[in-house]
Amino acid sequence: MSARATPPRRGAQRTLGAFVRKELHHILRDRQTLVILLLMPLVQVLLFGYALRTDIHDLRVAIVDPSPDARSVRLRDRLEGTPRFRVVRTATTALALEDLFRRGEADVAVVLPARFGESLGRGEPTEVLLVADASDPNTGTIMQAYVRAALAGFEADVTPQAGGPVRIRVESRMRFNPTLESANLFVPGLIALVLTLVSALMTAISLSREKERGTLEVLLVSPLRPWQIIAGKVLPYLGLGFAITCLVLLAARLAFRVPLRGSALLLLAESVLFTIVSLSLGVLVAARTESQRAAMLGALVGTLMPTALLSGMIFPIASMPGWLQPVTFIVPARWFVVIARGIMLKGTGLAYLWRETLVLTGMAAILLVAATRSFHARLD
Amino acid sequence: MTASAARAEPAIEVRGLTRRFGAFTAVDDISFDVAAGEVFGFLGANGAGKTTAIRMLIGLLAPTAGTARVAGFDVATQAEQVKRHIGYMSQRFSLYEDLTVRENITLYGGIYGLSDDAIAARTRDLATRLELERELDERVGRLPLGWKQKLAFSVAVLHDPRVVFLDEPTGGVDPMTRRQFWERIYVAAAEGTTVFVTTHHMDEAEYCDRVSIMVDGRIAALGTPAELRARFGVGTMDDVFVRLARPGAAA
Repeated sequence: MSARATPPRRGAQRTLGAFVRKELHHILRDRQTLVILLLMPLVQVLLFGYALRTDIHDLRVAIVDPSPDARSVRLRDRLEGTPRFRVVRTATTALALEDLFRRGEADVAVVLPARFGESLGRGEPTEVLLVADASDPNTGTIMQAYVRAALAGFEADVTPQAGGPVRIRVESRMRFNPTLESANLFVPGLIALVLTLVSALMTAISLSREKERGTLEVLLVSPLRPWQIIAGKVLPYLGLGFAITCLVLLAARLAFRVPLRGSALLLLAESVLFTIVSLSLGVLVAARTESQRAAMLGALVGTLMPTALLSGMIFPIASMPGWLQPVTFIVPARWFVVIARGIMLKGTGLAYLWRETLVLTGMAAILLVAATRSFHARLD
Repeated sequence: MTASAARAEPAIEVRGLTRRFGAFTAVDDISFDVAAGEVFGFLGANGAGKTTAIRMLIGLLAPTAGTARVAGFDVATQAEQVKRHIGYMSQRFSLYEDLTVRENITLYGGIYGLSDDAIAARTRDLATRLELERELDERVGRLPLGWKQKLAFSVAVLHDPRVVFLDEPTGGVDPMTRRQFWERIYVAAAEGTTVFVTTHHMDEAEYCDRVSIMVDGRIAALGTPAELRARFGVGTMDDVFVRLARPGAAA
């Protein structure tokens, strides 16, 4: 005990190893949190998959057809034959519509012009009025899109030579998500959300806990370098994030048959990159807050909310107000969602996703340096 | 204190150390030496600048002016070497409550670069000394406070640091446990570790070889407890402290 051995120099790796082991102990020992962390993604997959669908089934359609003939009846048949639609009313005048919408008995009305069939037969341009209940604007837009798709299909049947911008747009959207399943769109966003939650929130909490209890001070006085403290905090959560990504992918596949068309390896690698970005954000939040509670709030407002609201996972960026769209550029999840959707739904490779990957890599580099600096900054 | 005689160089050497925060001077040009193997009490009322001074000595805060050498290394330019050769026990309990006794020892041993064999040997040694053999695999959170604090101290000196800094180590424990704690401090000092301790228990000041008393960022008095009592013509360190901290009240 009295031998005053100078600690060996090679220590860097050993030191880090001891620290990582300690973090693992923390994580594995806090069973409650661990179970929540593992179960939550599964619950979210189910929630998003079943409850929060933006695709609409059982769309109630009213049809106004002032001059029924063979062609207009064919259109009605087509609408009725679409499983998604249920024709609730067919009328000859638009007068009944107002009442129908007010009572909430119809979602969409298709109003055909007079002599619709005749004009069509002569190859003249016709105008069909589409009225949707847009009390929820998103739903309204989606319902319109469904009906447009059905109309375009009809148009193509009747007049194969006709072609308009509408039809092409609809087709391009259907290509990657033919049944317009929202689970497909949500799962990539969900991975971003869960990774943000695990990495940013959990690191922020675990680091600020050490700050609150005074153990961080002891670590800062020890030979541990700031980067080692950060690495020690980050590595175990990186592993946890990795496990959770796999879990979400598996659950999405089994429950909703969400495809993974591209490289699984690339997706996992990009997830790791995104996790590093989130972890660094968590460290930064912890460095700037004094208590666990403040760190939790900071992480929620600073990382989780932007991920949910501004990443495009729920609300399409294209439908955001113009001034808000550039703001999404600084939200890491925005880039990750594009990458994850690309790989999962379109089978896109790095050749097309290098720009987003580069942005994330840049963010990771800047944030890691900033996070390490935030420790030095505390010392002065 | 035989080990201290062997080393001529002071364990801590402070010259004109100053720290300002904006217009406020928290530590104002303080100078003192602490000999190797000495138990040095660092006293002062709350807000006198104790914590700021100790934070500079352990490399958590850069000095505005002046120098400080700890274990032979400059705190401003050789902070990494300083950190290797000191131990630190903070005001707040510094072990991890959700880890076992053994895991805490292994963690700090690992952080200070001890080999696995050394860690195993020290774990056994420590368990025997603290009579914790049966609690080695208990979580630290389940131990009584007195044991926790003795354990925290033992962990702070696990790597045989040249100097150990104890910041209010006995806050919130009963006098009996405090006595036992001080026995651990004497053992470490006898083995050659310099002990730098802050406290506001004046009975503990009596246990120190020498004490300094800080008032408003300056060192108002420094000497052995007996010297200070004689200089102020009072019977206890408590009275010395009252004289210095509140000169008007005691006059």
